Amino acid sequence: MGGFWSYVVEPGFFESQTVQVALLVGGVVAAISGVVGVFAVLRGQSFAGHAFGDISAAGGAGAFLLNISPLFGFLGMSLVAAGCMEAIGVRRVRGRDVATGVVLGAGLGTSALFLYFNTTLHSTSGAAISVLFGSLFAISTSTVPAVVASATGALAVVLLLYRPLLLSSVGDDIAASRGVAVRVTGAVFLLAMAATVALAAITIGAILSTALLVGPAATALRMTRRPSTAAVTAAAIGAAATWLGCLLAYDSYYWPPVDHGWPVSFCIVAVIVISYLGVEGARSHRLRNASGRAGSENRTTAVAPRAVAASHGGHEAHDGHDALDASRTD
Amino acid sequence: MFTGFMVNTWIVATVVAIVAGVVGFFVVLRGSSFAAHAVPNAAFAGAAGANLIGASSVGGLLVFAIAGALGISFLSRRGSRDVATALAMVVMLALGALFLSFSNEYASETYSLLFGEVLGVSSSELLPTAVLAVVAVVAVVLFWRLLLLTSIDPELADARGVRTSRVELAFLVIMAVITSMSVPVVGALLIFSLMIGPPAAARSFAADPFVAVLLAVCLSLVTVWTAIAVSYLTTLPIGFFVGALGAAFYLAGRAHAGWSRKRVGASGAGASRVVAPLDDQGAVR
Repeated sequence: MGGFWSYVVEPGFFESQTVQVALLVGGVVAAISGVVGVFAVLRGQSFAGHAFGDISAAGGAGAFLLNISPLFGFLGMSLVAAGCMEAIGVRRVRGRDVATGVVLGAGLGTSALFLYFNTTLHSTSGAAISVLFGSLFAISTSTVPAVVASATGALAVVLLLYRPLLLSSVGDDIAASRGVAVRVTGAVFLLAMAATVALAAITIGAILSTALLVGPAATALRMTRRPSTAAVTAAAIGAAATWLGCLLAYDSYYWPPVDHGWPVSFCIVAVIVISYLGVEGARSHRLRNASGRAGSENRTTAVAPRAVAASHGGHEAHDGHDALDASRTD
Repeated sequence: MFTGFMVNTWIVATVVAIVAGVVGFFVVLRGSSFAAHAVPNAAFAGAAGANLIGASSVGGLLVFAIAGALGISFLSRRGSRDVATALAMVVMLALGALFLSFSNEYASETYSLLFGEVLGVSSSELLPTAVLAVVAVVAVVLFWRLLLLTSIDPELADARGVRTSRVELAFLVIMAVITSMSVPVVGALLIFSLMIGPPAAARSFAADPFVAVLLAVCLSLVTVWTAIAVSYLTTLPIGFFVGALGAAFYLAGRAHAGWSRKRVGASGAGASRVVAPLDDQGAVR
């Protein structure tokens, strides 16, 4: 048994300080991203969530240029972007999509400019790669307390807004009729999401910040319709995927084709996506079985789940209505 | 500015701008900005992979861009479109990170794939770019009515027996094609800006779809030409100017739409016509 464990968990895994920091920060960031992500997915704001990751990287490059702490650069730029989206963004989903795109385009342009200055002034062309792809194994320990504190703050804001957020995720009109300040709720959530994603991007890279925001949340919403359960499940899936990914990356030093490790970002993304596909596969298998049984008695029920899944955006609405039902029973 | 290697740059950038204007109009109309961002990112990973095995980078770009498009289409059958897009993109980028870690020299090459290397277009790249551009434009013209119908009124399209998901897949593949021809020139991040800013502005200025596409192409050309000229004179990265001009055009379009809405509202006519010019079915006839 001991031999088996040393095969699965490379000796020294838990003793390494790098790994300890990675497990701690990665776990915290992943859990908070999961909770925030459930609302991002329910509200159809995955694109904005991803955009903050890319845009905050421009802030990181700018901070390097001005010689201030990268934390302020990431956080500041991301919050400014959220403000811009909110200012020019319109209520309609399609208008929001374009507004997000324009802000992202401008942010990427700024990023190109700052990275250019960094390259010419400081000769650090690697900055773009480290920001985009990041590495959980290269977290600077000095920023850990600030990151964990601000991430917890963002989580607290989302939890305080829990009920109005759920209601306005279902529909602005319904929420407004129940006395929710829809515009303010949306704006505050966008800021909280911007902060969460920026903190994730600075610690684990822009790719992973998107993966951890959307992946575990989407998986959890496949497993349960209750938003509160989904939030807890997403946090657990995110943290578990991060830890498993760290373990795989640590073990991968002995894997082909090269004699250095596989990127930890790749390992975590692989775990997240495989779990999503697994849950989705199991769910559609169950649906097919159910519809097969129902098919002989009643054809309409057999068709219903597929029709919902097939229509564009219909799925989101479906999620939303279930969310409302669950919030009533809460 | 117009001699030697710069001639290639002007030609390729002009071709890219025209195609980005045409396809970008539908990106804005369909609300596919996220996909327009995700597919070039996926292509970027393909270039890294092709580099690793020593294959041609245009091939790698094309294969990965199309794989990304298929991935988005496959995943969005069973979930919301933006979640599907996010997951497909993340997978592709993670593969890119993996490929980059296997190869050793990457930093400056990655930068140019992301942000473009418009001053380094070789003559051998001209023909493939032109061919892919023609393919993309012809495809859009062939699908014109279907694309308009499924963008504006998916339910009417369903009622007429149009397979909406297939049209979406076709559109994603067109996007993949234009992506793989433009990434080596303007970079993965900037083809995206070019497909959003100018077409979004054009939509605010023109109600008729055909006029809007022409206007999108014009604005896109102005953006690219200005960006190259200023970038050449100042040596600052072209990406910055493309992003900034795109955003400026978009804001101008929004201001125009807001202004004419106020004017129309004041004169008591139908207020929503200018703001949402294509939302009425009349445009699809």
